[in-house]
Amino acid sequence: MALRSQQPVAQRAAGLMPSRAISHKQVKVRQRRGHIWAVIFQLALFSGIIALGALLYNIVNQSFGYVAIINEIDPAELAVDGVPLNELPKDTLTRILETNISKGLMRRYENDMPFTERSRENVHELILERVVEPQVAATWSLADSIFARTRVFEEAKEKYPDSHVYFRSWLTTNFVSKAQSSEPLRAGVRTAIFGSLWVVAITILFSFPIGVGAAIYLEEYAHKERFLNRLIQTNINNLAGVPSIIYGMLGLAIFVRMLEVFTSGSFLDGGGDTTANGRTIISAGLTLGLLILPLIIINGQEAIRAVPHSLRQAGFGLGATHWQVIWHHVLPGAMPGVLTGTILAVSRAIGETAPLIVVGASTFIAVDPNGPFSKFTVLPIQIYQWTSRPQDEFRNLAAAAILVLLILLLSLNASAVLLRNRFNRNQANA
Amino acid sequence: MAGAGQGDTTVPGGGPPLDLRRKPRLAETIIQGFLFLCGAISILTTLGIVLVLGRESLLFFANEEVDLLKFFGGTEWQPAIGRFGIWPLVTATFMASLIAMAVALPMGLCIAIYLSEYAGHRARSILKPILEVLAGIPTVVYGYFALTFMTPLLRVIFGRDLVEIYNTASAGIVIGILVIPLVSSMSEDALSAVPNSLRQASYGLGATRLETAVRIVVPAALSGVAAAFIVAISRAIGETMIVAIAAGAGPNFTFSPFRAAETMTGHIVRISGGDLSYDSIDYNSIFAIGLLLFLITLSLNILSQWIVRRFREEYE
Amino acid sequence: MSIAIERPLRTEEGPNAASQNGMNRYAIEVGAMNVFYGDFCAVRDVSMQAPTNKITAIIGPSGCGKSTVLRCFNRMNDLISSVRIEGKVLFQGQNIYDVSVDPVEVRRRIGMVFQKPNPFPKTIYENVAWGTRINGFKGDMDELVERALRAAALWDEVKDKLQQSALGLSGGQQQRLCIARAIAVEPEIILMDEPASALDPIATLRIEDLMKELSEQYTIIVVTHNMQQAARVSDYTAFFNVDDNRTGYLIEFDDTEKIFTNPSQKSTEDYITGRFG
Ligand SMILES: Nc1ncnc2c1ncn2[C@@H]1O[C@H](COP(=O)(O)OP(=O)(O)OP(=O)(O)O)[C@@H](O)[C@H]1O
Ligand SMILES: [Mg+2]
Repeated sequence: MALRSQQPVAQRAAGLMPSRAISHKQVKVRQRRGHIWAVIFQLALFSGIIALGALLYNIVNQSFGYVAIINEIDPAELAVDGVPLNELPKDTLTRILETNISKGLMRRYENDMPFTERSRENVHELILERVVEPQVAATWSLADSIFARTRVFEEAKEKYPDSHVYFRSWLTTNFVSKAQSSEPLRAGVRTAIFGSLWVVAITILFSFPIGVGAAIYLEEYAHKERFLNRLIQTNINNLAGVPSIIYGMLGLAIFVRMLEVFTSGSFLDGGGDTTANGRTIISAGLTLGLLILPLIIINGQEAIRAVPHSLRQAGFGLGATHWQVIWHHVLPGAMPGVLTGTILAVSRAIGETAPLIVVGASTFIAVDPNGPFSKFTVLPIQIYQWTSRPQDEFRNLAAAAILVLLILLLSLNASAVLLRNRFNRNQANA
Repeated sequence: MAGAGQGDTTVPGGGPPLDLRRKPRLAETIIQGFLFLCGAISILTTLGIVLVLGRESLLFFANEEVDLLKFFGGTEWQPAIGRFGIWPLVTATFMASLIAMAVALPMGLCIAIYLSEYAGHRARSILKPILEVLAGIPTVVYGYFALTFMTPLLRVIFGRDLVEIYNTASAGIVIGILVIPLVSSMSEDALSAVPNSLRQASYGLGATRLETAVRIVVPAALSGVAAAFIVAISRAIGETMIVAIAAGAGPNFTFSPFRAAETMTGHIVRISGGDLSYDSIDYNSIFAIGLLLFLITLSLNILSQWIVRRFREEYE
Repeated sequence: MSIAIERPLRTEEGPNAASQNGMNRYAIEVGAMNVFYGDFCAVRDVSMQAPTNKITAIIGPSGCGKSTVLRCFNRMNDLISSVRIEGKVLFQGQNIYDVSVDPVEVRRRIGMVFQKPNPFPKTIYENVAWGTRINGFKGDMDELVERALRAAALWDEVKDKLQQSALGLSGGQQQRLCIARAIAVEPEIILMDEPASALDPIATLRIEDLMKELSEQYTIIVVTHNMQQAARVSDYTAFFNVDDNRTGYLIEFDDTEKIFTNPSQKSTEDYITGRFG
């Protein structure tokens, strides 16, 4: 009121603002625009979710479906006295094997493991592998197999008349438990899973203590004013953004080449092993360790920072030393956060592919790794190799391997959540 | 302490004064030293990267087959016949990143605006974990997705003649999907940091929710959003497996997104995945490419951090 | 004992040092102490003596640096990296800011109870036992825990749930647990920073009674906002105020009775009677 009387110039209706009717219309237009954009924002979000859905659908779609198989010998022909192959006793099976494969091959099997010691299933498998010799002629996706079943069968009949078609899950217990093989029907990911576990074990052993140690140093000991400490902090933030492939090159130059004596394990047996080079599990593990170190440090710092200051004061007030306070109060309080961060980082390490290709994962390896100085392959590399093959059946294998990888990651994350809840409960109860 | 001797004599009334002198605590010192070393390893890592990339690059440029001018000027990368022009790799890299950004920036920003300005608490608590899942999927899986889903899709849409089996468009789009969670979560953090008083002021003047979000909140958080964009670009440039699987295996100087081309990262992976003999020119060349890649991503990251720092100062 | 010869020499240097019967009259003697946070001078020119086995209260308006001064008495300020302290703080004749002095030793002798109860997220038993264990106690822990809890007037309330989490106690019980924890390590001095400000009147009274009991064996220095509390429990009172630069300084230090009945400074009277601007 007072304002108006003092400044008569600032009239309420100077005619500058639009009239009431126009402004009402404008508000309507503006509101409509608002609604349209609200829908657009939502659409963006849903397309993100759809992308996730498409990705998962695509993988499941390729992991199951009909396959057309052409056998060298029809298993039905191998039936003896009307008893089908898969019900025959072991000695009959051994005889069938003997009559159908060369003497040399038979001797080699005998040498690997005497037939008297082999199980019936094992002999049966050998027959399927060497006598029946199934080959994949074509594969179909899950969607086709469900919604275009008749077309699938027609197509199979037309193009591969002497094939038989059956529904196959590429992800089987066999797939998980068998070693790598160039035969898609017999290939498995056991070697790759063991490789992944070994590599990740080394990664954790290396990066967890060092990462947590660095986080403690930066949060508890480092004077922020010191140049060196600020340098370390900025440096860690920058390292977190370095492309993973660069770490691969670092690993190649340092662990594989420079420290070859150690990473090849030849320092253990006096360098007598000529095939040993640095492309081993330990090189891979250390490379990934360096890669996830910044993530563990940054997460650890956050967790440590979240521990209430009053706890530290209470500890110090009782005459505890700095380390006693850290060990007894700060670390237990920060542990859930530290563990969650570590598991996230380890998930990243399990999925990393590029740096391990550079470090030199083996392309084909059918023997389980037996220590840190073994050659190795890991699940993502296996996926990459199968994906790069042009044949469809390898795409199916890749999809199945992806499922294994995703399940592995999922269970890891679930265990992180469980672990954290357990930790929190214990803390509260204690 | 609770024991007789000290407890009785030090009660005021006249015991010997306490010995407050510093005692050597060897364990503490050792632990602190160890912790410092843990922190210092990060410095060693950076030093290692710089030295390794620098050394091998020097060896590469010292080779008589290589010419610095041709390296930065040439449009042909054919190590077999001694042609080392970086441009085919760089154009492919930037094309894939450009396509990725065309997907990720609008989508990521829209998602961020939705989450920060529109979504309720419950919706947010469901949607954010979904985006986190998207961010947690290994890149090799995205590569598989690009090759077996995105490429066929593009070929259906644009025609099989136009779109090659390996192409930068498919890889770029999938990289875009990969970095959406990064853009959206960083941008959302920036948007949520805008004080509520600004929003209230805007509503008080009769602005709609959209106007408030787009004209007030986003500009106020602009530096944070920009930082998110830059980090996303850096991430896209450094992305490897998607391009290695879906973009093509062979340097190709082209500007068509539907043709096969090889990016810097893709090239490094392909060369080092083969039989690589140390100290060959191939071996050195990937380090030179790596150095370039490192410098590009590092400067982008530093730029984004600088922007974030300025942004913080504005609000304190 | 060389130390015995050394001590009287030192105490004679102290401002009002008196060695009656060869013992320290003062548990803490502060001489010309200035405290800075970075460039900001939080407290200037403090000189006072807290007599042994008495309760000394520190009062003053908010932000005048009471907590800051209190934290200086057991080097708790060392935890804040920007802090700089000038002047001297003598504890039994030794300057605790001497370079040769170990802050850990100081804090072990001079315990502290904080404004907000801050028990460790551990069992009640462990809360009391921890401090003594890290200081190397190897005797009968059960007995020690019981003694400390009894001294803190908490034993009867918690004796059946020693193995339960301390976080399950009420605020007042938690604060007494913190006191039990502090006296378990048998310090010479207990510093208390508004120990009852987060508690209801009944719990506050219990803490006050406890302080009185404890003062027979311990020197207590307590910061409080509560004028009645200071009048009720303390033997001596220090009144702080802030100047225009927001720097705190000591206005006067005297018998509590004198401060509350006949203060020598006008501002003290204003503050105590609530006429403070
Ligand atoms: N950690 C710190 N860093 C910088 N300045 C501080 C810090 N702690 C306290 N100060 C400043 O020192 C001055 C005194 O603070 P102090 O906490 O000692 O006051 P106080 O008398 O205890 O107040 P209150 O009665 O509210 O607890 C204040 O101006 C405060 O802003
Ligand atoms: Mg205070």
